[in-house]
Amino acid sequence: MMNKLIRFIPLILVLALGVVLYRGLSLNPQDMPSALVGKPMPSFSLPTLNNAERIVSAQDLTGDIVLLNVWATWCPTCKYEHPYLVDIAKKAELKLYGLNYKDERNAAQEWLTHYEDPYVFSIFDEVGTLGLDLGVYGAPETFVIDHHGIIRKRFAGAIDTRVWRTEFEPLIAQIIAERKQGE
Amino acid sequence: MSSLMRIMVNVALVIAVSLASSSTHVNASPVDTYEFKDEVTKIRFQALSKELRCPKCQNQNLADSNSPIAADLRRELYELLQQGKADSEIVDFMVNRYGEFVLYRPKVSELTYVLWFGPAILVLLGLVIVILIVRRKPAKKEELALTSEQQDKLKQLLKDK
Repeated sequence: MMNKLIRFIPLILVLALGVVLYRGLSLNPQDMPSALVGKPMPSFSLPTLNNAERIVSAQDLTGDIVLLNVWATWCPTCKYEHPYLVDIAKKAELKLYGLNYKDERNAAQEWLTHYEDPYVFSIFDEVGTLGLDLGVYGAPETFVIDHHGIIRKRFAGAIDTRVWRTEFEPLIAQIIAERKQGE
Repeated sequence: MSSLMRIMVNVALVIAVSLASSSTHVNASPVDTYEFKDEVTKIRFQALSKELRCPKCQNQNLADSNSPIAADLRRELYELLQQGKADSEIVDFMVNRYGEFVLYRPKVSELTYVLWFGPAILVLLGLVIVILIVRRKPAKKEELALTSEQQDKLKQLLKDK
């Protein structure tokens, strides 16, 4: 009896390995947890895209729920994402800010006049210092910051309707609920 | 010229051209020009840029990668070294921004126990199994020998032949 069971051990091990490897197929290796989730927004002091004289800091990202979208004109996915951002910016419960990441000022300004500017303002991060502090490694990326100034989410990749519904809406509902409870 | 000859000449030409182009081939690994204040800092820079992983191109370290983010991180690494930061401080700086992921040798924690100790445990398990199999006592000789009844039966059978 025992010996018969032992014979099946290799089969069971192979099946278990198969399950593990099969699961691995559907995992996205780019999907990394951000080191900043749960931490406050890093401090910065940078000009805005539209006005080189105007220096903004983390305190200027006002709003109960802040969305900070990292974008650049060199990023084709940002173009795909842009119309969705225009829609999202119309939502009353949040404020959308841009972080123009390692871009050229003229090209970026043209982009916004050409495609419509969904952002309250865009931070102009020419060398990527704020990007580095945020752990940004590409564009687009979007951060959700709550009413305490704590980063709640970092999403790497393009936002569209499906992503918004699955990735962002539950979190935003949760933050609104927390705020109502006075947390 | 026979067609075979022509083919051979062509092959020789292709080989010659590919050899010539490979000798002028440009090295693909990125070259930054950084001036270090001393040899130790240079070695530390090289060691750290091999130890830290590029967040964008996940199977390359900072030293290998051509991606812009890797170049940024190399520059940051250089500046942190110039500021006199210790290796552990630099590693913490990177981990605080990009997570444990940037370390090719992640720190030992609950998350990485399996990673660090799994292989050793598997080897030990294998050794235990091998030892158990090897030390299992072979069947005793008396048990292998025929009993007197069997011996008699055998003799009987042989006689019949």
